[in-house]
Amino acid sequence: MFFRVTNVLLVKGNLDILDRKEWADLEPVPQDDGPNPVVKIAYSDKFTDVYDYFRALLKNDEKSERAFALTAEAIELNAANYTVWHYRRVLLQALGKDLREEMRYITAIIEDQPKNYQVWHHRRMVVEWLNDPSEELEFIAEILSQDAKNYHAWQHRQWVIQEYKLWDHELEYVEQLLEDDVRNNSAWNQRHYVISHTTGYSDPEILAREVQYSLKQIRKAPHNESVWNYLKGILQDRGLSSHPGLLEQILELKETHCSPYLLGFLVDSYEDSLENSSVDQEEVLSKALELCELLALEKDTIRREYWSYVGRSLQAKYSPSSTSSAPGTDRASAPGSVYQDTTCSS
Amino acid sequence: METVPAPLRCLGECHAAEKFTDDGVETVTSMEQKKVERSIQEVISVYKQMHSFPQPTLLRDQHYQYLKKGLRHLSDSYECLDASRPWLCYWILHSLELLEEPVPSSIASDVCQFLARCQTPTGGFAGGPGQHAHLAPTYAAVNALCIIGTEEAYSVIDREKLLSFLFSVKQPDGSFVMHVGGEVDVRSAYCAASVASLTNIVTPSLFQDTPMWIVSCQNWEGGLGGVPGLEAHGGYTFCGTAAMVILGKEFMLDLKSLLRWVASRQMRFEGGFQGRCNKLVDGCYSFWQAGLLPLLHRALFKEGDSTLSLEKWMFEQQALQEYILLCCQNPVGGLLDKPGKSRDFYHTCYCLSGLSVAQHFGNMDLHHQLIVGQEENRLVCMLTSRPICHSYHPVYNICPEKVARAIQHFHQLPVPMENRGSPASSDHS
Repeated sequence: MFFRVTNVLLVKGNLDILDRKEWADLEPVPQDDGPNPVVKIAYSDKFTDVYDYFRALLKNDEKSERAFALTAEAIELNAANYTVWHYRRVLLQALGKDLREEMRYITAIIEDQPKNYQVWHHRRMVVEWLNDPSEELEFIAEILSQDAKNYHAWQHRQWVIQEYKLWDHELEYVEQLLEDDVRNNSAWNQRHYVISHTTGYSDPEILAREVQYSLKQIRKAPHNESVWNYLKGILQDRGLSSHPGLLEQILELKETHCSPYLLGFLVDSYEDSLENSSVDQEEVLSKALELCELLALEKDTIRREYWSYVGRSLQAKYSPSSTSSAPGTDRASAPGSVYQDTTCSS
Repeated sequence: METVPAPLRCLGECHAAEKFTDDGVETVTSMEQKKVERSIQEVISVYKQMHSFPQPTLLRDQHYQYLKKGLRHLSDSYECLDASRPWLCYWILHSLELLEEPVPSSIASDVCQFLARCQTPTGGFAGGPGQHAHLAPTYAAVNALCIIGTEEAYSVIDREKLLSFLFSVKQPDGSFVMHVGGEVDVRSAYCAASVASLTNIVTPSLFQDTPMWIVSCQNWEGGLGGVPGLEAHGGYTFCGTAAMVILGKEFMLDLKSLLRWVASRQMRFEGGFQGRCNKLVDGCYSFWQAGLLPLLHRALFKEGDSTLSLEKWMFEQQALQEYILLCCQNPVGGLLDKPGKSRDFYHTCYCLSGLSVAQHFGNMDLHHQLIVGQEENRLVCMLTSRPICHSYHPVYNICPEKVARAIQHFHQLPVPMENRGSPASSDHS
């Protein structure tokens, strides 16, 4: 005797699953925690029942509609149980289930629990089986509209875009998000992702456009760390000091739109010109050191140890009198020192 | 001892100036940040009123009672962690070891037997008895067993099967899926590297291409994302960097950019760390983020850097301790994310781990302590001056003596033969 059991609750009202005729043939398998359990969870009766039956199904490797329905129950009780999700996928294939319906199911689950690894992975599998990403960008945008920084959502989005080559409107989407919240670091990351994978930053026009865009956002909200990191991020490979006129623009901004991030950017620019340009080393070094001190002692004191270190490093590397590490008076000593780690690397 | 306690940074007159500047441009990010700052300010103000001589106190007894109970019994609110029970063992045991609270041998033995039931027939550990193997509970189980550190504990681990499990989740591009038919991200490389190195099952091909894959997770921000392309994030950055340290390949990362990124994650007002740029402070990042600084210090030192400090990590140790002690303790035991959040064993573990990092500096023969509040706040040091593998930095996040004992034990055993199982593919039954 076989009748369809849908994803609707099997355990209704006061009726315990144990009373149900359709499960009568199955012997539930209690969890084997041993005689002296540790980290023993006080499961509800429902939880115990559902999982005792789930374990029975797993043990018999049963591939049936009732097994499929039970996975939904088990998921509702603990959506992080990856063993249940795996079994559900096995059943989806073995029973030839309707994957469109599964998409509807997983959509609802993710809406309810968007910060869970398993639900997003499951969705990815279904999309792959259907080979149909057509709902994804809209769905993810919906989730991001509730939490614009959901890491799983962004991960899924990047996967979909890359796998199915859906780059065309993503920059537009990113710009919209940055309009909503210019401090959304995930959106800045997505901006970098899209451009790196499409035009790239080598084209001088693209780079100039991005620099201009960044400076515009800086003028609007100078204390937004994301945009400063983005500006540095897109210029660092070419060298911060290589972009013509940028240093001057930043020095101008220093007067009216100063921030610890601007000062840090200047340090980075000076460091780059010490490394790569033929400049008056002494003068540039002294400016850089002055800024490090300003940051350490006044403008960014939470990072005092870091900025002091940066200053010392610059000094050691670029000051005219520096030789390779003299025996340390107050600093750590040079390489090839006594201690050798017994590394465990292969 | 009637010494005047050192002034707290958060009570200083310059502290208020550290609040977030929104430039008159309100967005969700700025509103959320200001909300948190207000609640932190509230905590600080209340603290100031109640204590004329501010001496933040670690509520040792309360945390101990919370942990002791949890090791045996958990309420039904823990049903959501039913697939993470080895984690619960690890979080609790590690917290107890940081508090220097011994685990009675009977319960230690019970933990061993429980974890043995979590080990699967095909190797590796699952989230609970009867579940499938997964790298995260595998990491947690091995760590928990190493904390227990008895012969019984070590002998639970089936090394041959563990190795074949690791091969079964290894991907051609060097990455690992978290479980057969599961997702890839950089946590898996750390879990694999951690358990393989502790139990001495590293073979020549096991981590082939893994360092290169991890490097590809470092992004334009300087930190690491979960997979290549993603936003830099503290948890993933710790996992990737620690894995590289274990594999001896940390120099392949851009350490300077990484250092800049993580140093920038400390919140100027709260004193704790955020997980990502422009997001909120959270007590657990006291470990994932602050724990990177000892790793980086050691890496830079190995590269020959002569300008490193001899006394301090490159983050504000005092500020972090103040955040944890004033803002992350539940008065009846357990630690938490931020004021207003509930306690849990995960946050208890990582807040205490971060507190230990902030209290102890060490490199080679150097060791400096900086204890905010009374001396009794001091936790077990995660560093040691004995030259033992990886002992100077919290790579495994278990106490170094336990690391040393485990490594010593397992290095007496031969590395199992490389018997590569079928390479993992996406879902199969």
